[in-house]
Amino acid sequence: MLKSIISAAALAAMSLGAASAQTIAVTNGRIVTNSDAGIVENGSVLIQDGVIVAAGANVTIPAGVETIDANGGWITPGIFHPHTQLGLIEVGLESSTSDVSAPGASFTAAIDVADGFNPAGGHIPDSRRRGITRFAVFPSTARGVIGGRGALANSSGRPDSLFDDRTFLYVDLSQSGASTAGGSRNAAWAYLRAAFEDARFYPGRFMSHHEGDAINRFDAASLVSAVRGEIPIVLQVERASDIRRALRFAQQHPSARFILVGAAEAWMVADEIAAAGIPVIMDPLRNLPASFDVLAARLDAPARLHAAGVQTAYTTISADLYFNPRLITQHAGNAVANGASWDDAFRAITLTPAEIYGVGDRYGALAEGYAGDVVVWDGDPLEVMSAPVAVVIDGENQSMSSRQSRLAERYAERVPDGQYGYRH
Amino acid sequence: MAIHGSRNKGALWPLMAGALAGLAALGLAACNGDTSDSEGSNGGSGDGELVRFNPDPYPSTYTPFPSEVVLIQGATVFDGIGGEFENYDVLMQDGRIAGIGEGLEAPEGATLIDGRGRYVTPGVIDIHSHLGVYPSPGVSAHQDGNEITAPVTAEVWAEHGVWPQDPGFDAALAGGVTTLHVLPGSANLFGGRGITLRNVPSRTVQGMKFPDAPYTLKMACGENPKRVYGSQGRAPGSRMGNMAGYREAWQRAVEYRRSWQRYWDAGDAEATPPTRNLELDTLMGVLEGEILVQMHCYRADEMAQVLDMADEFGYQVTTFHHAVEAYKIGDLLAEEDVCAAVWADWGGFKMEAYDSINENLALVHAAGACAMIHSDDQLGIQRLNQEVAKALAAGRRLGIEVTDGEAVAWFTSNPARGLGIFDETGSIEEGKRADIVLWSAHPFSTYAVADHVYIDGALMFDREDPERRTVRDFTLGQPGEGVL
Repeated sequence: MLKSIISAAALAAMSLGAASAQTIAVTNGRIVTNSDAGIVENGSVLIQDGVIVAAGANVTIPAGVETIDANGGWITPGIFHPHTQLGLIEVGLESSTSDVSAPGASFTAAIDVADGFNPAGGHIPDSRRRGITRFAVFPSTARGVIGGRGALANSSGRPDSLFDDRTFLYVDLSQSGASTAGGSRNAAWAYLRAAFEDARFYPGRFMSHHEGDAINRFDAASLVSAVRGEIPIVLQVERASDIRRALRFAQQHPSARFILVGAAEAWMVADEIAAAGIPVIMDPLRNLPASFDVLAARLDAPARLHAAGVQTAYTTISADLYFNPRLITQHAGNAVANGASWDDAFRAITLTPAEIYGVGDRYGALAEGYAGDVVVWDGDPLEVMSAPVAVVIDGENQSMSSRQSRLAERYAERVPDGQYGYRH
Repeated sequence: MAIHGSRNKGALWPLMAGALAGLAALGLAACNGDTSDSEGSNGGSGDGELVRFNPDPYPSTYTPFPSEVVLIQGATVFDGIGGEFENYDVLMQDGRIAGIGEGLEAPEGATLIDGRGRYVTPGVIDIHSHLGVYPSPGVSAHQDGNEITAPVTAEVWAEHGVWPQDPGFDAALAGGVTTLHVLPGSANLFGGRGITLRNVPSRTVQGMKFPDAPYTLKMACGENPKRVYGSQGRAPGSRMGNMAGYREAWQRAVEYRRSWQRYWDAGDAEATPPTRNLELDTLMGVLEGEILVQMHCYRADEMAQVLDMADEFGYQVTTFHHAVEAYKIGDLLAEEDVCAAVWADWGGFKMEAYDSINENLALVHAAGACAMIHSDDQLGIQRLNQEVAKALAAGRRLGIEVTDGEAVAWFTSNPARGLGIFDETGSIEEGKRADIVLWSAHPFSTYAVADHVYIDGALMFDREDPERRTVRDFTLGQPGEGVL
């Protein structure tokens, strides 16, 4: 857990820089603390210098501080989306606007999304407006099974919004990974095992040759931290048998740490996943046998995973990862409609993702010492008709405007044709 | 020919008389009146009869499932046409809505359903689905929704590609979907005919076909056709090429129609009839107003071009689908009486979807045009009520006043109108098909699920009863068998 200690220190330094020395209070709402305090009716949150100093029913608000009145609405930690490509894609079909994968590149593990991440990405403001304050940024695979290293960012749009880089390594061992590995799961696993060996024997293996069995020297140098467990490996797997294979691989490599993403059939292997202590990031809405990888997908999978004690976070694979991460609250609400408890489902999009990435002591809860990421909602955040009315990141009240809201405002009123262009 | 037949029972069939009359008027109905013998009507003349075509060579064999007399009591009822009524009853009898009101008397032997605390809406209708033509599992052998071999394929019919064993139908039923419209995809300028289906299990597509629903024609604007064909070095390779491609085909259709009209008007059975062209048959049906145009179009400026083109050739666009920028031209749509079928929040996946806003549906509605939700997705179709809820909430935040009852129309009566089946379904009115959803909670809540789904009065889905759950062949023996 060396990594999380380092990042916590770095984060503290960053947030001091990010938020000017100021105090902000969010008052008069139903507080979901995600802590032992549970849900507190009619409470307040006080943030100083970007960090929460008090949250609960009896918080004394100093006179004269900037105050956001929740008006009896809900006050929650910011949403933490564990699986996005925000800041990497503007338009899905326009490859000139995308930095998620590199079919022509010669690198794999060395790829670092922090290099391409754009804090001013066009879809970040609308994600923020919908309550997402933190998110993981994922590369995709194009060559081999190793996509590269992901990062964590906030949605403020500030130049320093990427607050943790080289956070995890993304590896695809699902059907798509099999395909990029050359055509079979067997080839995909062989590639991963060979890459692991290349990294384990780095740099010795590369003294006389630049190439390893699977990856080059530069990739091997990048893969070392994952093989040693300094950063987790996020494995995309769907089918139950692939998940079992992943669990065995994890057993064979006890120093490495693993997270499963996708995991449509994880509910069938839930007890084994729980016993291995491996977290799962899955989409509650996938319920069709859309491929032979996911024949067992079902709507009560989240409920079953929670019940088995699997550390489970949600994602929006079935929507997308760059324009509609904002739908994650709806996905969580549907987990509740299909048997998950509200608390489990809400944690699955706030505190649990933070914990999975080793920053659960910093994000995902409203408690002393946590970052000042607070969202005020006009109703239950998992209800599709609810929406945030205020979003605070690191103690700073955020703009609720986005390109989408500007378009809606422009066309809200009909005006003579040529005048649209002057409405802004 | 087989527009009418033994399957047409019940007192309400005269509702369809208008459709029959229309078909007869344009010569698409078989010539030989009420005979059930359609042999020969597809080609040869002889016996002194003019050549005419059978407009319905793959007739519906749908028969409603057995139903009981059911009285839902004390529910909050949305009638689908704007009304919301508390503590209301809905009576279903002989597959039809037999009553809606307060304190209805239960007929003898009626099954009573306690609706207190629950909500009733008409069955959900999805005007844009690819279930069956892009079924689960989505393997390469199942890609039957786009005839990507030429940009103008008005001769292909979605029903000939629908796999009735798509497990997506079962999942959609659990989401309250009673009727859905399956379309060809958008690779082509003219993608082919769409088909309106009852969401029932059947071994054949014919067994799902909504009796006497009008045929539709799928057309597509914008990026997809020009990308698919332009990348092959063929036309269309640009939006200019798209328009040229439509116009060229419409002009051929105009001439084709003229030649048949001349032949029929002359009434000379000895004359050589024009050569039949299956592609132009469909386009002629549009020009006659019998086949409804369902057009995939994202950008406002392109929709405006298409409206001019429809005027140029004398046809009507029934509904623009996706219509991500419909909010920019709500007034034009209202003027031209064209509907928009939209998502709540899909966007960003291509440039023409970049200006997607959540307020789209509500803004189009506020402009006085007919607006509705659609899914275009095997997961989205399972919760169109939630999609409407999101669109409604976004509209209200912008200051647009829409009642819950009006918004229920976005997933019920408006898609029924867009498909030309509103006389039969889409609202809870006496005499209509008893297509009904009983929701566990307000349908605009994320937590609401369909408890009961009735199609023609038959209880097709009961959340509490695992036996009353359709299971397509594909899922038998699979780990996902019978689960939601």
